[in-house]
Amino acid sequence: MGMAALPAISMLPRQSFADVPATAAVNTTGLAVTDTEVTVGILHSATGTMAISETGSIEAEKLAIEQINAAGGVLGRKIKFIQEDGASDWPTFAEKAKKLLVNDKVAAIMGCWTSASRKAVLPVVEQYNGMLYYPTFYEGLEQSKNVIYTGQEATQQILAGLNWIAKEKGAKTFFFIGSDYIWPRTSNKIARKHVENVLKGKVVGEEYYPLGNTQFNSVINKIKLTKPDVIFTDVVGGSNVAFYKQLKAAGIDLAKQPLLTISVTEDEIDGIGGENIAGAYACMKYFQSLDNANNKAFVPAFKKMWGEKTVIGDVTQAAYLGPWLWKLTVEKAGSFDVDKIAAASPGVEFKGAPEGYVRIHENHHLWSKTRVGRAKLDGQFELIYETADLVEPDPFPKGYQ
Amino acid sequence: MFGDYSIGDLGSIFVMQGFAGLILFSVYVLMALGLAIIFGQMGVINMAHGEFMILGAYVTWMTSNLFQAYLPGLFAGYFFLAMILAFVASGALGMLVEWVLIRHLYKRPLDTLLATWGLSLMLQQAYRSVFGAREVGVELPQWMLGSLQVTSSIEVPINGVFVMCLTVLITIGVAYVMYKSRWGRQVRAVVQNRIMAGAVGINTEKVDRYTFGLGCGIAGVAGSAFTMIGSTGPTSGQLYIVDTFLVVVFGGAASLLGTIASAFSISQTQSTLEFFMSGSMAKVLTLLAVVGILMLRPQGLFALKVRK
Repeated sequence: MGMAALPAISMLPRQSFADVPATAAVNTTGLAVTDTEVTVGILHSATGTMAISETGSIEAEKLAIEQINAAGGVLGRKIKFIQEDGASDWPTFAEKAKKLLVNDKVAAIMGCWTSASRKAVLPVVEQYNGMLYYPTFYEGLEQSKNVIYTGQEATQQILAGLNWIAKEKGAKTFFFIGSDYIWPRTSNKIARKHVENVLKGKVVGEEYYPLGNTQFNSVINKIKLTKPDVIFTDVVGGSNVAFYKQLKAAGIDLAKQPLLTISVTEDEIDGIGGENIAGAYACMKYFQSLDNANNKAFVPAFKKMWGEKTVIGDVTQAAYLGPWLWKLTVEKAGSFDVDKIAAASPGVEFKGAPEGYVRIHENHHLWSKTRVGRAKLDGQFELIYETADLVEPDPFPKGYQ
Repeated sequence: MFGDYSIGDLGSIFVMQGFAGLILFSVYVLMALGLAIIFGQMGVINMAHGEFMILGAYVTWMTSNLFQAYLPGLFAGYFFLAMILAFVASGALGMLVEWVLIRHLYKRPLDTLLATWGLSLMLQQAYRSVFGAREVGVELPQWMLGSLQVTSSIEVPINGVFVMCLTVLITIGVAYVMYKSRWGRQVRAVVQNRIMAGAVGINTEKVDRYTFGLGCGIAGVAGSAFTMIGSTGPTSGQLYIVDTFLVVVFGGAASLLGTIASAFSISQTQSTLEFFMSGSMAKVLTLLAVVGILMLRPQGLFALKVRK
């Protein structure tokens, strides 16, 4: 249908369109919703350090919005998006979130990536009663009426992977290496409790390096000295590249020395180089190579829109879920009102998720499967293990704090 | 922590750890040499030093892609050509920047801080627009990967040895150019007194431009070498800038020997501490020691003796 047809349609009596409810009925709080359009915000870093990671999320959200529009939109309305740049700067994130909510009156925000940016945006979305769909796997210890967490929280991501490697490799001793900030420290705390209390193993080393550190030779020597059964890593950003290159150069063969990472997705391998990390295990919920019907439609669609060479990591997939979950929730609630969406979210299920199937939990996180993949030379992961059932999200895990 | 290990094991670990310290030392010297010339000799606070390094890294990446596509047979040797190209590219950009920006600021050294910081932001965004926001992976020829097996339990990484050799060569080259060649004398004359140097017939503009270009070119070579050990992305240069200034300032700004001594002491402290405590803690203690020593010796480890 051409754009010219739209004004004619909106002049017709509204009762004749059973599937397009009146704007006044679905939007009682003055959001940017018209008879034909609804506006949402995209808020990520397109510039600055974090652009490396957040670019994929922006791409995935735009793809989801385009697909939803092609399928008829939300409550008969096309989604229009306003993109703002958080510029890798946390106060900017808060300011732009406020602009989106107060000036643009967006119905939802797809955005943030680092925990720091989410923590900056959280008071804003709570104060102005917005809805944020947050894509990154993160440390947990948070829950809000105004946020849907489409990535995994720490226990969901870590515990199944540790169980698997303990059983499969008979691992008893673990060496933890992380970047020095809240996510690795919280994740390692959970992992340590699990190793010591549940698996009855031993943590033989726990090391943190400042963000952006590029020299890992000392810690690699410590690994050689302590000979752990498993190296467990949550090093992030540019440090990742340095770490795996130096590990390889130091003669540690990942085919013989099991290494489990929770921070390396296909995106990171682009920079690390497949030959430097082949053989390592990654534990998360999505790999580009997943073999299911949804993913087989998603990957080509993503590549068609953003180029053959693009890779899709865990967070990119989680970002793709955001607009879809929002659409499904709006349709369930029959309204764009944030309060109604927040209340209707629990129980919303998305059967078309590239990772398979997800459902929103009462605590606004997602039920999802946890998977272990082995890195291959071509930069893709080969699926080795997945949990039989969906893993329950538990942002405030008892016994792990 | 050593109770369960045999003497032999411990011995090999200490040898490897010593080697790790030496590699860190070479890395520090390599990244600081260019700045030692630009900041130490010319007094320009070049905040864009890291971005000149990353230009070298991107040139290496492009060279590696070209070789893979058109000359796969010669791939094993591409790295040497890449380093030369990195030197030329960064050096040329450096000379351009000197001509457009820096030459107007020699009398206002503090302003170079702001100008070059702005330059670094512009370069970062330029890399992001040209090469994309994501990091790129530089593929290395097979012989540069892995480690040398010295004894059954001692292994040294090949890329570390490569960086060390490169550092020694470049340091000797720079020392020769600065202290033995006619041109080096001109550089030092211009730095000490630009007006007098001009009066005795030295073309100060030319000397300034080539010196700045040389410093940036060396940064480019360092960036090229660091593709072996670190990441290549638009903002990767930021990872090196603090350490680089730390080494140059601690060594005494105007002294090449000071830079080397400072790189040695910082890297050894860092690497030894890293072995006995966590990485973050080691960094904190190293910085504290540096701050303490700079309070006692504000001019740095080695200072040029001048009559006040």
